[in-house]
Amino acid sequence: MAAGFKTVEPLEYFRRFLKENCRPDGRELGEFRTTTVNIGSISTADGSALVKLGNTTVICGIKAEFAAPPTDAPNKGYVVPNVDLPPLCSSRFRSGPPGEEAQVASQFIADVIENSQIIQKEDLCISPGKLAWVLYCDLICLDYDGNILDACTFALLAALKNVQLPEVTINEETALAEVNLKKQSYLNIRTHPVATSFAVFDDTLLIVDPTGEEEHLATGTLTVVMDEEGKLCCLHKPGGSGLTGAKLQDCMSRAVTRHKEVKKLMDEVIKSMKPK
Amino acid sequence: VEGAMQTDAKIRTAGGTEPGPQGPGCSLRHFACEQNLLSRPDGSASFLQGVAEKSRERLIRNTCEAVVLGTLHPRTSITIVLQVVSDAGSLLACCLNAACIALVDAGVPMRALFCGVTCALDSDGTLVLDPTAKQEKEARAVLTFALDSVDQKLLMSTTKGLYSDAELQQCLAAAQAASQHVFRFYRESLQRRYSKS
Repeated sequence: MAAGFKTVEPLEYFRRFLKENCRPDGRELGEFRTTTVNIGSISTADGSALVKLGNTTVICGIKAEFAAPPTDAPNKGYVVPNVDLPPLCSSRFRSGPPGEEAQVASQFIADVIENSQIIQKEDLCISPGKLAWVLYCDLICLDYDGNILDACTFALLAALKNVQLPEVTINEETALAEVNLKKQSYLNIRTHPVATSFAVFDDTLLIVDPTGEEEHLATGTLTVVMDEEGKLCCLHKPGGSGLTGAKLQDCMSRAVTRHKEVKKLMDEVIKSMKPK
Repeated sequence: VEGAMQTDAKIRTAGGTEPGPQGPGCSLRHFACEQNLLSRPDGSASFLQGVAEKSRERLIRNTCEAVVLGTLHPRTSITIVLQVVSDAGSLLACCLNAACIALVDAGVPMRALFCGVTCALDSDGTLVLDPTAKQEKEARAVLTFALDSVDQKLLMSTTKGLYSDAELQQCLAAAQAASQHVFRFYRESLQRRYSKS
């Protein structure tokens, strides 16, 4: 009977739960789904991470290659993110060129990398004007159940912490690069940006970590990306119902708590991995 | 049937401001078609450029979708075409203002007006509203907000750079104050237009 009501009136069905301050999957309005992370599972990539937020699954693989630095910044490397939403993750995506949602997500991740200064592009330079590293970060969604931006940001951060770059020296005589695979070092990760997404309902209620169905019924979304000092790298609100300053303040405090949870989880995983 | 379809098409294109059988969205669509054909300069010069424009389009579209009463015009497509004449900074805010006035001009029913305001924060924390292109480039953070006219709620926000929570609240308050000026300007210019005719 409940399933029938849900199909016919999804919004009313959802409102009944919201009145009791909870959601259909039993979570409270401010509760996140179970987050699991698996680092270093792809052996052919220089860094990788798999993040699961409830059912939403995103895998990030990072490959480092050589490139000539840009002419206007000869001592900087590149970080090129790409988010892929293939048909296998949800029936709403078709195969072919990236759709609008994938492009917007790629742009969002590029903005987070740029704004948070997660790595200094100068660290990626090998020889100014001649050779630099380019990190291709590929984020692929394996299962789309809402809140893709949070999962992608977390996967990117975890994968970057896992990247090991070999030492490169330029041979003066031959002017060729010599790669020493035996000496590898981790990237210098300066900040840890963590994204927290909210969905707005009926212009008043804010719920954290929406699932696919909740996103579809929402009247607006908001994503806050915060680093450990409480500084914001990104406040992404692409339209939707309006929010007052006070509601925004509540979102900020929730984002701060979420940052602590995620940082703790990631530190535990990295600690359990270090002896290699 | 052929004859009837042809006359129907004639009515639509010559429509002008008269709402056709499908509503005011009709004449807007024809206009949009022409614009699109003419103003497509090197569309695929660089992929990155294209993505930045796509996300800007999405922001404007989502803001409009939140205020336009779509249920009054079922099975209608409302196309908004924005052509940049000159860019001297605060481009996204300018696009939002243009889109709002265009929707009012077309007679599309909306639940509120909206306006765009840009704030730039420089390295010592000074706030600059409506920055020039040069100020935007040198700023530590650039925040663009879309606010509605009823109670200055935040409809859309997009930010670039690093800033603290307190700075965000400061910028939001300044933007809300500035939006009053923009809405007053809307009212004055619309009064001027309708008082003449």
